[in-house]
Amino acid sequence: MSDPTLLSARGLNLRFGAVPALVDVDADLWPGEVLAIVGESGSGKTTLLNVLSGRMAPQSGVVWYREPAGGLVDVHAMPAPALRALHRSDWGFVHQNPRDSLRMGVSAGGNVGERLMAQGSRHYGSIRESAIAWLSEVEIDASRVDDLPRTFSGGMLQRLQIARTLVTHPRLVFMDEPTGGLDVSVQARLLDLIRGLVARLGIAAVLVTHDLAVARLLAHRVMVMQQGCVVESGLTDQVLDDPQHPYTQLLVSSVLAA
Amino acid sequence: MNGYNFAYLDEQTKRMIRRALLKAVAIPGHQIPFGSREMPLPYGWGTGGIQVTAAVLGPDDVLKVIDQGADDTTNAVSIRRFFARTAGVATKTHTSVATIIQTRHRIPEQALTEGQILVYQVPMPDPLAKLEPSRAETTRMHGLAEYGLMHVKLYEDITRFGHVSISYDYPVMVNDRYLMSPSPIPAYDNPKLSRNPALQLFGAGREKRIYAIPPHTEVRSLDFDDHPFRTTRAPHACDLCGDDASYLDEVVTDNQGGRMFVCSDTDHCASRQALKEAAE
Repeated sequence: MSDPTLLSARGLNLRFGAVPALVDVDADLWPGEVLAIVGESGSGKTTLLNVLSGRMAPQSGVVWYREPAGGLVDVHAMPAPALRALHRSDWGFVHQNPRDSLRMGVSAGGNVGERLMAQGSRHYGSIRESAIAWLSEVEIDASRVDDLPRTFSGGMLQRLQIARTLVTHPRLVFMDEPTGGLDVSVQARLLDLIRGLVARLGIAAVLVTHDLAVARLLAHRVMVMQQGCVVESGLTDQVLDDPQHPYTQLLVSSVLAA
Repeated sequence: MNGYNFAYLDEQTKRMIRRALLKAVAIPGHQIPFGSREMPLPYGWGTGGIQVTAAVLGPDDVLKVIDQGADDTTNAVSIRRFFARTAGVATKTHTSVATIIQTRHRIPEQALTEGQILVYQVPMPDPLAKLEPSRAETTRMHGLAEYGLMHVKLYEDITRFGHVSISYDYPVMVNDRYLMSPSPIPAYDNPKLSRNPALQLFGAGREKRIYAIPPHTEVRSLDFDDHPFRTTRAPHACDLCGDDASYLDEVVTDNQGGRMFVCSDTDHCASRQALKEAAE
């Protein structure tokens, strides 16, 4: 592929004391592509996500992000205000637990509108209009716009978090186990929704999951991690149908068939 | 005055407060930490304001103290007497002759002039504190001028009540840079903050913060384009002086539901009554 990448990481290393969390990790993400990072608990998936998004600094290595204008910026060398502005506008972060990012004491509409207001939107009517539009986009009834998130179910909270993240039309979304902790039918509906939105809006996404089915459904490419190392990476179907590394083979063979 | 330094505080403390005041004036609306001292009155009664007043007071100054607009309530009388005793300064209730006015929760009705200093008593200096519990985070938000969260609060108000329901301590932007609490003055007084020829100093004793609005500084109350800031007042005229534009207090007069509306600014009301009597 010769197209310019949206996000590139080279030689990332990070140790927590004696525990290696990232060992010489390289990663590339092209515009409009979904990259899944899979592996078992403690393999460094979430750490990699945090380092890629600039929320955690690596001990060595760089992360390059291509700005809309075409210039490359080093995510970890950026001044804090610029990185925060990036997180508010061009990037989005979907947490596993929606309560981590939602304001539980603020209505659904206020939650969706917060990023707009942070960007300087000062027209109540238009903020509310786009909040309602985004709620219906994520299949939440428009009549719930003034309800507090604490009255929402788990699946609705996760969809509300997605609406809140996508309202500023980010180019890149980081997702940390977006379907974790949801029951299977709700998971299926959410996956369907994410797949539709990502494809339609052309959003690039980095998705952390331990669920191979989620990776197969959403991701174009997969990186398999074990003890901080990327042991295998490639196109999703290729990796999951014809795993080469013994650990990947173990992962694929241990999926339960219903 | 025996046994006290001039204006109660020792000179080193006053110097420290003046340094904080100079910094505050140089960065309008920015909260400056200072080493707040124990004062002989409880927190919440104006320990911040009284320290600022003590630091700026000179022997030739004329002091006026307002409590909720009134010159004759406990807080106003005690603080006025405190400085009369410890500094020997002249104390007056007329707004026009005072050089320093310490105020709790009102700005005088009469327009202030250049050379006057208005000292506010502030309970909660950071408007973001009610929305974001971490002080480290609110400091960062002030530093980066990230004030979207404050508008989330206004959004919630309009959604719930159809209008912004903040009637006092209405947050303002100073000089298009810092979000500031105007202390619990009614929103009715907010327009008087802007481009005021007097120097406005704010002291929060318990929270140990000082901030300021220099004369003629632009101060804007937060709002939405389609829900502009507006002031409210009781739709009555004052029962004592007949003013139909001043800020009013509602006073219960008996147990049969009797009420009267009077000016909250007693000096304003008294001088209008005196004028009326002189005319008759």
